[in-house]
Amino acid sequence: MSGPVDLCGLPLAHPIINASGTFDAIAARRAFGDAVLERFPFSAYVSKTITPGARAGNPPPRLWEEPAAMVNSIGLPNKGVEGFLTTDLPQLAELPVPLIVSVMATSAEEFATMIVAVAERDEVAAIELNLSCPNVRSGLIVGEQPAESRGLLEALRPLTPKPLIVKLTPNVVDPAAVGAAAVEGGADALSLINTLKSSPLAPSGEPWLGAGSGGLSGPAVRTIALKQVADVVATTSVPVIGMGGVERGCHARDLLAAGATIVAVGTASFRDPLAAERILAELGSPATSHE
Amino acid sequence: MAAGAIEGGASAGVGADGRVLAPFGRRRAAVVANEPTGGYRLFSAADAVGPLPRAGQFYMLASERGWGGGGDRPYLPRAFSVADATRDDRGVRLSFLLEDVGPGTAALARVEAGDGLLLTGPLGRGFSSPDELNPDASGAILVGGGIGLAPLALWRRELGSRGIPERSLLGFRDRAHSGGMELFRCSEVRLASEDGHAGHRGYVTDLLAVMLEGDGAAGAAVYACGPPTMLEAVRALCEARGVEAELAMESPMACGFGACFGCAMPLRGGGYMRLCVDGPVVRTAAVETALVAGAGHR
Repeated sequence: MSGPVDLCGLPLAHPIINASGTFDAIAARRAFGDAVLERFPFSAYVSKTITPGARAGNPPPRLWEEPAAMVNSIGLPNKGVEGFLTTDLPQLAELPVPLIVSVMATSAEEFATMIVAVAERDEVAAIELNLSCPNVRSGLIVGEQPAESRGLLEALRPLTPKPLIVKLTPNVVDPAAVGAAAVEGGADALSLINTLKSSPLAPSGEPWLGAGSGGLSGPAVRTIALKQVADVVATTSVPVIGMGGVERGCHARDLLAAGATIVAVGTASFRDPLAAERILAELGSPATSHE
Repeated sequence: MAAGAIEGGASAGVGADGRVLAPFGRRRAAVVANEPTGGYRLFSAADAVGPLPRAGQFYMLASERGWGGGGDRPYLPRAFSVADATRDDRGVRLSFLLEDVGPGTAALARVEAGDGLLLTGPLGRGFSSPDELNPDASGAILVGGGIGLAPLALWRRELGSRGIPERSLLGFRDRAHSGGMELFRCSEVRLASEDGHAGHRGYVTDLLAVMLEGDGAAGAAVYACGPPTMLEAVRALCEARGVEAELAMESPMACGFGACFGCAMPLRGGGYMRLCVDGPVVRTAAVETALVAGAGHR
């Protein structure tokens, strides 16, 4: 279960990758040096989501801690696609694993421009589509609507032979329906779950987060992820990247048993930047079991 | 670069900006002491493999017991500036000053000798030398408020080992919110307290204002750590007097190494820095204000 695995034709050394936005490999090298390259814990690296233009991110506060969870409201700070390709991509290309770039836009045209610019770079192995943004024309969150998701994938699919991975939101009645529609449109793989919408309050009763609300992640969402991954696997034949609250090898094993092809570690990396290495070791150990 | 800072464990190294690099990953250190000091606690752990940190750097800490195990808070580690660091036969002895104000600090306040302390660090960039702040600096002025004296205590020792003169101004709210003075032994310290129990009755920034009067500002390099309101007063005072200053700041952060983007600090001129990798020591010229949103979530 902890050995090499194929993801849409990408040979991965093992089944543990990072969740987008939970491990900044460039910042980690500033803190830990080249040990990050020598001991890189993920078998592929998923970038933080990039957008067409640069974004500063949401006003603070951006974090809240809950029992067995955290809420973040970061707001996708990034250099924009041009800054990413110029500044970040050459540094990320030094990582010893395939690179998956996460992208988000507010229209099919913007998405198309980004996909072409990103996919033509040899350093990029695959693209993950973050669909948690509204379509400026319809006003609908693309990833919450099967028809919107199918239509977007139909528009983007012809633009590149590289794998397109669709990140699914858990904030819908039926994530499997959105996933199935994305696959009909041409998605090569599905990844889930993203964070759950959440509104922490300050002691005063006012919203705590600068942007008002955010997304919940951590061990508290683990069983939700297990259910949704199983539902999505049951309705599609493409590879599924399972994530949500994975802290130990047994949690990764549960997602793989539910049908996930590989597993992503997210919030656990905040607590320990090498959590993924430990999780992989536990996954490979027959002694690993639920507590 | 502090002499000795580049010694340390196998993974010790120094980044391009002079920061001491952390070993990759979280590790376990053994708690060797946890003592009350005034209204605070001073606890120490033996870090067998890590390097000596630079003053102003910080660690992400969690107690091995009672941290997320029961499914309750605390879940995320907490950031602590290192207050003292010395090499001994067990590695590097790291000391941290703590005020029990929430579930994370409560769990850390309970650690006993022999317990495990899970840590990642040293992280962030530390203090710049006085001549980097001001070519005419005649020494350093350290301004601490409450447990904010912690990073200044290690900075005082580093300055002393380099023969750089230093004067320390420490302020406390009241007797229950004071402590850690033993970290400033054999040092020129002036005290202020809001309740008048020690030194000047009033704010530590009153003492700083006096020190920067007249010719005092020309040769000054100021280093401050404390609650946001105090840091903002220091920042405004130094700006008014044309004095270069560095502030050791804090913000809620989930990771400490640039991954979560939670510790956003507004930059003068727009945009944000990540306090964990671009700070926590911040040049006053870089920010409009030292008031950090979110500092109240413990």
